[in-house]
Amino acid sequence: MHNKTIKELADGLRSSEFSSVELTQYFLTRIQQHQHLNAYITVTEDLALQAAQVADERIASGNATLLTGIPIAQKDIFCTLGVKTSCGSKMLDNFIAPYNATVVEKLNHAGAVMLGKLNMDEFAMGSSNENSYYGVAKNPWNTTAVPGGSSGGSAVAVAAGLAVCATGTDTGGSIRQPAAFCGITGLKPTYGRVSRYGMIAYASSLDQGGPMTRSAEDAAIMLQAMAGFDEKDSTSVDHPVPDYSQGLNSSLVGLKIGLPTEFFGEGLSRNIATALDIAIKEYQCLGAEIINISMPTLTLAIPTYYVIASAECSSNLSRFDGVRFGYRCENPVDLADLYTRSRGEGFGREVKRRILMGTYALSAGYYDAYYLKAQKIRRLISDDFKNALSQVDVIMSPVTPTNAFGLGEKTADPVQMYLEDLYTIAINLAGLPAISIPAGLSADGEGSTPMPVGLQIIGNYFAEAKLLNIAHCYQQVTDWHRHMPNGFE
Amino acid sequence: MLLTTEDVKKMAYLARLGIETNDLDSYTKDLSGMLDLMTRMNELDTEGVQPMAHPLDQTQRLRVDVVTEVNQREHFQVIAPQVEEGLYLVPKVIE
Amino acid sequence: MHTNQWEVVIGLEIHTQLATKSKIFSGASTEYGAEPNTQACAVDLGFPGVLPVLNKEAVHKAVIFGMAIEAQIAPYSVFARKNYFYPDLPKGYQISQMDLPIVGVGHLDIEVDGETKRIGITRAHLEEDAGKSLHENFHGLSGIDLNRAGTPLLEIVSEPDMRSAKEAVAYMRKLHELVRYLEICDGNMQEGSFRCDANVSVRPKGQQAFGIRAEIKNINSFKFVEKAINHEIERQIELIESGGSVVQETRLYDSVKDETRSMRSKEEANDYRYFPDPDLLPVEIDEAFKAQVKAALPELPEAKKQRFKTYYQLDNESASMLTSSRALADYFEAVVKTSACEAKLCANWITGDLSAALNKADLDISESPVKATQLADLLVRISDNTISGKIAKKVFDTLWQQPNSSADDIIDAEGLKQITDTGAIEAIIDKIIAANLGQVEQYLSGKDKVFGFFVGQVMKEMQGKANPAEVNKMLLAKLKN
Repeated sequence: MHNKTIKELADGLRSSEFSSVELTQYFLTRIQQHQHLNAYITVTEDLALQAAQVADERIASGNATLLTGIPIAQKDIFCTLGVKTSCGSKMLDNFIAPYNATVVEKLNHAGAVMLGKLNMDEFAMGSSNENSYYGVAKNPWNTTAVPGGSSGGSAVAVAAGLAVCATGTDTGGSIRQPAAFCGITGLKPTYGRVSRYGMIAYASSLDQGGPMTRSAEDAAIMLQAMAGFDEKDSTSVDHPVPDYSQGLNSSLVGLKIGLPTEFFGEGLSRNIATALDIAIKEYQCLGAEIINISMPTLTLAIPTYYVIASAECSSNLSRFDGVRFGYRCENPVDLADLYTRSRGEGFGREVKRRILMGTYALSAGYYDAYYLKAQKIRRLISDDFKNALSQVDVIMSPVTPTNAFGLGEKTADPVQMYLEDLYTIAINLAGLPAISIPAGLSADGEGSTPMPVGLQIIGNYFAEAKLLNIAHCYQQVTDWHRHMPNGFE
Repeated sequence: MLLTTEDVKKMAYLARLGIETNDLDSYTKDLSGMLDLMTRMNELDTEGVQPMAHPLDQTQRLRVDVVTEVNQREHFQVIAPQVEEGLYLVPKVIE
Repeated sequence: MHTNQWEVVIGLEIHTQLATKSKIFSGASTEYGAEPNTQACAVDLGFPGVLPVLNKEAVHKAVIFGMAIEAQIAPYSVFARKNYFYPDLPKGYQISQMDLPIVGVGHLDIEVDGETKRIGITRAHLEEDAGKSLHENFHGLSGIDLNRAGTPLLEIVSEPDMRSAKEAVAYMRKLHELVRYLEICDGNMQEGSFRCDANVSVRPKGQQAFGIRAEIKNINSFKFVEKAINHEIERQIELIESGGSVVQETRLYDSVKDETRSMRSKEEANDYRYFPDPDLLPVEIDEAFKAQVKAALPELPEAKKQRFKTYYQLDNESASMLTSSRALADYFEAVVKTSACEAKLCANWITGDLSAALNKADLDISESPVKATQLADLLVRISDNTISGKIAKKVFDTLWQQPNSSADDIIDAEGLKQITDTGAIEAIIDKIIAANLGQVEQYLSGKDKVFGFFVGQVMKEMQGKANPAEVNKMLLAKLKN
C-alpha cells in the first residue's frame, strides 16, 4: 500500500477496499519499523487515528476530497497547534505551537491525516540534514549517504513509504535537492503561491513551501490543497489557482526546452550528465525542441544567495530570545546573559555561522559592499531568467552536481556544502517555480550503489501547471518515479 | 584570513550570540571562508542596477482596520519560560 | 545663564500614536489600559512563523498628516527593520521606515511672542510601538507587558529650527493641536499617545556649524519639555564654559529631580542594521488615494482661524482660542448658528464663562454639561432683552448645575424676566428719589457720580430684573425735573 499514489489510495478508500484508520495504522506501523531512518521528529499517533476516523466518516458522507483520509506528514517547520514544532532546533525542542500554519489548516481542511512532524536541518539551514538537533535522517537508498536537506526527513519519509506525501520548504533548493537524492518528486512553487504564515521563517524573500510526493500527479493534487492567496501573508499573491490536474496529459509537441550551458559544464559529475542526457532525449521523443541558452550571471548565484539569506535570517532569528517561548538558559544573571546564553546554547553551529555572517553583511560599513551588492546581482539574475524564459517555455538542468554524498563528507567546510546548491539556488533568487523529478538511477563509480538522479524543470511565474504537465508526461513513458529503494518495496 | 576574532566577537555581541572562547578561532576561519566566497560578487559590475528586495514586483496589500483578535493570554503563556500575573519575566531591565 | 553668547539649537522627534482600532500589523485591539498581555496576539508576540499585514487606516492617517503640513507624500514607501535586542521588543527588531518614509518634507508655523515662525518638518514615518517593561519587584525581575507592542506610531521629525525651549514648546503644542484636529491621534499624553524626544545643542552665536547634540528622551508633558530643555541648555553651556565638551549621547529626563542623566545602558554603540523588511512590500500611494484623502481633509486650524477673523469679525485672540480644538470651534459655530446672535457675544461667552467653568471642573468641551443649543437659547434671551447679562450669568450657573433644564425654564421658575413695565420702574424710581433727597441735592449740584448710586439702588430694589438702559433713561429724566 505504501507504494501507491494518492489517486490509487483515494480510490481504495472510496470503494471501501480499506478504511483511512486501517491505512493510517499501516503507515504508523511502518514508521515504527523504520525508526532507524530518523525521518520523523514527532509521530502524532493518537491525533492521526482520530483524524482518520473523521476522514472515514467524511468519505462515507460523500463530501471527501482526493486527500481525505490520506496519511501525510508535515515538515517540522510548519506550526501545528498543540504539537511540538521544533524546526530541527534545540531552541524549539520544547515549543508546542499555539496555532496552525495556513498550509496545515488547508491540508487539515482537505481531510488529510497528519502522521507527524518530519526531520530537517535546523531552521532549514543545510543541504544534508546533518544540521538537525535530532540527528540526520538516513537516505533509504544508502544509509551511509545523506538524504539531502533541508527537507531531508520529508524526502526520506516519501521515498521509504513512511508517508504518502509530505510538505517541504525550499529556500535555496531544500525541496528539490533532497527529492533528487531520494528519488521522489518535489515542487517549489512560485514565490507567493503558497502561504508562508506559520512556516517558521529562515529567509523571508526566498522561502516557499511545496509538495514532496511520489509522482507529478500526486504533486498536482497536493499543491491544489496547499496553494492560494492568504490574507495573513502580505507576500502571498492574489492570483487564481488553476486546476493542476486538468492539463497533466497535454501534449508536449513543440515545447521549447532551454538548456543553460552554465548548468551543464564544469562541476557536473559524468554519471549525472549521462542520465540527464537520456532524459532530455526522452523529451525530444515526446516532441519537444531543445535550445541551448546562456545565463552568465548564474555563476554568482551562490554568493548572492548566501548574503541575502544570511542577512534575512540574522534578523528573523532574533525573536528566539528565551523570553516568550523556546529555550531559556539556566539562571541568567542579567539580561545580556539571558540573551547570549539562551541563543548561544539553543542554536547549532551552522545557524550561528549564518547569523554572524548576516549580521556582518548588514552592519555599518559593509551594507553596501555585501547586502546591497547582492540585491543588485539578484536583479541581474532575475533578468537573466526573464530573458531566457522569453525564448523558451521551460529550462531544464541538473538538480545536484553529484549523487547523494556520504554522511560527514562535507561537514568540515561550510563552503563545500554551499556549493552543492549550485543549480537550485538561482531559482529562489528569481522567485520562479521549479520541479525536481527522478530521471534515473546511476552509480558514480565502480562498485558504488546506484542512486537516484534528479532532473530540474524551471518554468515562468505561476507556470506550476505547465511544470506538472511536463513532469507527468515523462512519468507516463518512464518508471523512475516508481522505483523504491531495496528493502522498502 | 578576511576576518579577525575581534570582528567575530563584535558580530556575536550585536547578535547576542554566545560563542565559547575556544570556538572563536574556528568560527573566524569558517566565516572568513564564507566571506571569501561572497567577495566573488565583486566580479560583476552592478553600477546603476536597481536593488531587488522581492522576487515579485508587487505592492503592499492593506488590511481593513478591524479588531479580529481575542484575548488568548493563558493559551500563549503556557509555553512561556517564566510568567507572573500575566507578565513575561526577565532579569531586571536597567534604563 | 549666558544666553547672550550662545545660540540654542533644538530639533524634536515626536511620536504620535495613531488612533486606529487595531494594531499596525495585526488585528489586536489598541485600546489603552487592558490587563497585561491580553491585547498581544501571536503577531504582536513575535511567535515563530507569524507575518505582518499593514493596517490601511494607519497609512490613511499618515497621509492626512502629510497633507496637513503640505508635505510630499511618497508614491512608494518602504518598511525597514531596525534590529536591536530589548525585552519590550518581541521580534528583536522594530518595523519602521528608513530610506523611503511615507511623509516627506513639510512645515508647521508657530507663533511666539506675536511673531510667526516656520518650523521645517524633515519627515514623518510609520512604525510600530514597543511594549512596556514594568519594574515593580518581581523577586528582582522585570515584567513585560506587550499590549502596546504594535500600536501604530507616526514619528514626526523636525528640522533643527527651534532656538529656545519656548519655541520648542510652541511647536509641540501646535503639533498636538494639529493631530487632534485631524483626529489622527487622541493626544493623551498621560497615556503616552504623544511623546517627545528633543535633540539639543548649543553653539557660539554667529557660528554656522552645529554643536554636538544630546538627545533627551522621556519627556511627556509640555511643562517638562520646557524644563528639560532649559536644564540641558544650562548643563551644556556650563560644561563648555568650564573647558569640557558635550558628548553625543542619549539622556533621560528625570522630572522628579528636574535633571537629565546619561542612559548608560544605551551608551554602547548601537548598529541597528536597517534593511528592507522582506515580509512587507513597498506601499504604493496613488493619486486617487491622495485625492480621496484631500477631499475629506477637515479645515485646518490656521485656515479656520483666518475664517473666524474675517467672517465672524473676531479679534486674533478669540479666533486663536476658539480654533485651538476642532470641538471648541464646532461648538462656537453651533451656538452662532442656533442662536443667530452676534458672533462676538457668542465668542465672549464661550471664551469667558464657559471656558472658565470647564477649566475649573477640568472638563473638555465635548464633556460640557451645557450643550451648544442650551447656551444658544440663553444668549437669545440676552439679545432680546428678556434678561440682562448679569442675570444671564446666574442662569448659566444654574444651567451648569442642572444640565437637563433650559434657560427659559430657569428664567420662568426663578422669575428672572427683566421688568419692562415702565410704570413699575417709575414707581420704584420715585420711591428711591423720595428716600434719598440728600443725594438728589448732590447730583443737582454737579456730582455726576451720584447717578451710579441711584442706578444701583433701583436695580437692587428690582432684584436686577430691570432693563438697565430703561432705568438709566427714566432716572435721568426724573432727576433733571
